[in-house]
Amino acid sequence: MLKTRVIPTLLYREFGLVKGERFDSWRPVGSAIQAIKVYNMRAVDEIVFLDVAATPEGRGPDFALVDELADECFMPMAVGGGVRTLDDVRTLLQVGADKVVVGTAAAEEPDVVNAASDRYGAQCVMVSIDTAAGADGSSTVRSRCGRQDTGRDPVEFALDMEARGAGELLLTSVDRDGTMTGYDIETIRRVADAVSVPVIASGGAGSYDDMARALLDGHASAVAAASIFHFTQQTPMEAKQHLRSAGVPVRM
Amino acid sequence: MTATVAIVDYGMGNLDSVMRAFEEVGAKACVTDQAPEIEAADFIVLPGVGAFPDAMRRIRDRGLEKVLEDQVLGEKAPFLGICLGMQLLATVGLEGVETPGLGWIDGSVRRFVPTAEDRRIPHVGWNEVTPVGSPALFDGIAPGTDFYFVHSYHFDGAPPDVVATTPYCGGFASVVGRDNIHAVQFHPEKSQRHGLRLLQNFLKF
Repeated sequence: MLKTRVIPTLLYREFGLVKGERFDSWRPVGSAIQAIKVYNMRAVDEIVFLDVAATPEGRGPDFALVDELADECFMPMAVGGGVRTLDDVRTLLQVGADKVVVGTAAAEEPDVVNAASDRYGAQCVMVSIDTAAGADGSSTVRSRCGRQDTGRDPVEFALDMEARGAGELLLTSVDRDGTMTGYDIETIRRVADAVSVPVIASGGAGSYDDMARALLDGHASAVAAASIFHFTQQTPMEAKQHLRSAGVPVRM
Repeated sequence: MTATVAIVDYGMGNLDSVMRAFEEVGAKACVTDQAPEIEAADFIVLPGVGAFPDAMRRIRDRGLEKVLEDQVLGEKAPFLGICLGMQLLATVGLEGVETPGLGWIDGSVRRFVPTAEDRRIPHVGWNEVTPVGSPALFDGIAPGTDFYFVHSYHFDGAPPDVVATTPYCGGFASVVGRDNIHAVQFHPEKSQRHGLRLLQNFLKF
């Protein structure tokens, strides 16, 4: 049986890893290379590495950095932040990314999703969908590190990305990010039930039970988390032990 | 003497990770599209991610088909195909336009047909690999060990060539092989301890 993945998210800004709240108030949480070595040793299922400064700074991915990290990474790694062109995708795959995460460009220049998927296959194209509630309470898709409201409905946007060739969706709640108050189960379920590609729940995990809810109630295929691993004693391995006892198939 | 591994570069995907993994298990690996380097290597690895028709075109454009056939089918050099590099061994690929493959192992490459239980394509994540019998490639690896997969198409082959299977969308051939030819759908270079063990086993051929 296919196992459900527990995926630590590593956010990079300036010279190291950071973790914020609601895509803001970044706090340094250590060195990227050290984190990758530790997660390697602990045999985590996969990692997502996002350069959260790239798009706000108007630059592309830092290929030399990804090259260095990938050399230490014997587990699958999805890499994103500042990916705008097919060249960005090609170079990231060349230096060792297994999947490329497309975020802002998926909203602004979505043809890059089609191009990357046609050329390298859907399986290495992960589209990152950030959502937040607007004034009327309904969730919409955000771009530019949460700052830009695209006005688009998450389900409509997710179906568009799937049709363009996204092989996986990383669905993050900006409102829940870093708060450790639980995932946005409703949005996760709406999107996961609508699409046929795997959906990774992200944003808000504060406990192992939150993860179980995103999987069992939200119908996500995998859970991503950052704060819970940076700021508490909780670990991916313990998370999986908990999930297994909740009836979720995991790799131990 | 250190084993030398030629990782065949036809412009598709993540060659660096495969090279790093072989280095990690003590081999001397090079990424190359040059016939003399492929001829000189003890082991040949065909990795790759991407679309089948594009990959076959690139292999043919670079004149790699002949040197691969000479070395693998003629000289019987130990060969490992990984992911797309496994699929390309088939008679035919049905991804997009129907495209003849290398034809070393009988079979076709077709898209998964979702089932009620396994409705999400691509097949992404860790899943069990259970060998048929006890192939040397799986020495020291327990049947049912999880390896990392990420693919939408799979090799549809016949029993004598199917070395191991994996349960997704009704089950599929996750390893095929014949004589000196070995091919895996999963990514040993990303499957941590067990993946490295499989590469070590390959280097003993």
